[in-house]
Amino acid sequence: MSTSHSRVAKRVADLPPSGIRKFFELVERMPDAISLAIGEPDFTTPWRGRESAIYSLEKGHTHYTPTRGLQELRDAVASYLERRFGLSYHPDREVLITVGAAEAIDLALRAILNPGEAVLIPQPCFVSYPPCTVLAGGVPLPVPTRVEHDFQVQVSDLEAACDDRARALLMCYPNNPTGAVMDREALEGVMRWAEQNDLIVIADEIYAELHYDGGHVSAAALPGARDRTVLIGGFSKAWAMTGWRLGFAAGPQDLIGGMAKVHAYTVMCAPTMAQEAALDVLYGCDGEVAAMRREYDQRRRVIVRRLRDMGLDCFEPKGAFYAFPSIARTGLTSEQFAERLLQEEKVAVVPGTAFGECGEGFVRCSYATSLPTLEEGMARMARFVARAAG
Amino acid sequence: MEDILLALEQDGRLTAAQLAERLGRPEEDIKKQIAKLEAEKVIRRYRAVVDWDKSDSERVFGFIEVRVSPQRGQGFDAIAARIMEFPEVHSLYLMSGTYDLMVVVQGKTMREVAYFVAERLAPLESVLSTATHFVLKRYKVDGDIMVERTENKRLPVTP
Ligand SMILES: Cc1ncc(COP(=O)(O)O)c(C=O)c1O
Repeated sequence: MSTSHSRVAKRVADLPPSGIRKFFELVERMPDAISLAIGEPDFTTPWRGRESAIYSLEKGHTHYTPTRGLQELRDAVASYLERRFGLSYHPDREVLITVGAAEAIDLALRAILNPGEAVLIPQPCFVSYPPCTVLAGGVPLPVPTRVEHDFQVQVSDLEAACDDRARALLMCYPNNPTGAVMDREALEGVMRWAEQNDLIVIADEIYAELHYDGGHVSAAALPGARDRTVLIGGFSKAWAMTGWRLGFAAGPQDLIGGMAKVHAYTVMCAPTMAQEAALDVLYGCDGEVAAMRREYDQRRRVIVRRLRDMGLDCFEPKGAFYAFPSIARTGLTSEQFAERLLQEEKVAVVPGTAFGECGEGFVRCSYATSLPTLEEGMARMARFVARAAG
Repeated sequence: MEDILLALEQDGRLTAAQLAERLGRPEEDIKKQIAKLEAEKVIRRYRAVVDWDKSDSERVFGFIEVRVSPQRGQGFDAIAARIMEFPEVHSLYLMSGTYDLMVVVQGKTMREVAYFVAERLAPLESVLSTATHFVLKRYKVDGDIMVERTENKRLPVTP
C-alpha cells in the first residue's frame, strides 16, 4: 500500500496496525463468544466513587480543575503513595493527575525524548509503549523477557538491546500481559543498571494493587531510584474505574514539570467529576479493593490450574489479571491458536504477539471475568487444545 | 479461616474441592476447617437467598417497634426470649432510641402479621406499645440487591 497520497502523516501511517484491533474485529462479529480478551475489570466502580461523582454534578462542579489536578486529589495521591509504597512526593511539584495512565505514558515519553533518542521497552508489553515512543519522536528498543526468568527483565538483555541513543527504560510490573512481577533483588539490579547508564525509568505500576504474592515494591522506592523515575499509576484497575479516564504520575520536579506543560497544552486537566470520585475512592474503598483482589486471586488459581490441566505450560502470574500460557505444544502460532479457538470454540484470547514479537508462542487469557464464565471458557479451551495437540 | 468464611458467605454451595482450588490449599485441610467451623457454630447453616416477590408464594414482612418495661434482674432478655421463639418472628433486635425491640415478623398476608401483633405480641405483660410498619418493597436484603439492574457491557477485546 502506498502512503504517498495519504493525508495522514507518514509517522502515523507507518505505525503498525494494533494486533488487538485486528482481533477485536473478529470477535466483534461473534457476539456470543466468551471473551478472555478483556483488559479491564468486570467489576463496577465502588459505589462510593460513583455516588461522589453524582454529588459533584449536583453541586455544579462542571468546570476545569487546576492543570495538575485538584489540590486535594494530589494531596491524596501523595499520601496514598507514602502509605502504600513508602514513597514521598511533594503534591504541588511532583504529582500530576492525568487522563488515565495512558496519557501519563504519552506525556512522559514526550517530555523526555529528543528526536532520535531511544527507549528500552521490555516485552511483551502494553500495546501503547512502542507507538507512543515513535509519536514522541523516539525509537523503541524492544528487550525480550522470557518465561525461564519468570518474565522478569534481565540486565543482560537490557545490556544487549541498549545503544548510545537510549534515554529511558519503560517497564511495567506487575505486567500486562504476562502477570509477572519483579522481585526486589532483580528490580534493584535493573535500577542500578539504569543508574550506571544514566537512564530515566518510566515505571508503569498501574497494577501495583493487584499483587498476589506479598506486597508490591515500587521501582521508585529503591535506593537512589526516586530522582530518575517517573512513576505511573491509575484508578482503572484496582478501583475498577477504566471509563473515568483517570491516572497519575509522580516523579522529580523537572520531569513532572515537563509533563505538566504538555498536559496543559493538550488536555488542560483531567475530568473534574472523575477527580472528585477518585478522591473518595482513595480514602474510602480499601475494603472494596481488597475484596476485588481476593476475587481475582481465586480466579487466578483456578485459571492457572485449568490451563495446566489441559496440558499447557503456564507460568504462575503473580500480579495484574492475566495468565500467559505457552501454546507451543499445539504447534500453532499465537495468531492461529487465537483465531481457531475463536472459530471452533467461541473463546477469545489475545495472541501473545499483540504485545511484542517475543510474545510468539503464548496467548493472554484475562481473568477479569466471573468464575463461571472463566470455567466455561477453560472447558472449551481444553477441548480445543486436546484436538489441536492430539 | 477467614478466606473460607468469606467465600462461603458469598456462595454456600461451594464444595471443598472448589474452595481448595480457589484458595490454593489442600482439599483435606479445607474439609477439616469447615467441619471445625460448623462444630463451633461459626457457620450456623447454609441457605438460599430467596426473592419472595418473584416467587408464587406470598410473603409479607412487618417491622414492629415494641416498647417494653424491662424486668428487674433480667433486663430485656426475658421478654426477648418470649418473643423470639414464635416462628412468625423472622428477626429480633434490641435497639437504642425511642423504642426497645425491633421485631421483624413474616406472614403470608398483612392480616396474618397484624393478627400476630394483636393476638400474640401486644398482650404480653411487659409490652407497653407496638407500632407496625409493613414492608412494601425489598430493595436490598442482607447485602443482596433484590431489584434488577442492567448488565454492564464491556468491549470484547481491550489491551
Ligand atoms: C500496563 C497498562 N498501562 C496502562 C494502561 C492504561 O490505563 P488507563 O486506563 O489508566 O489509561 C493499561 C490498561 O490496560 C495497562 O494495562
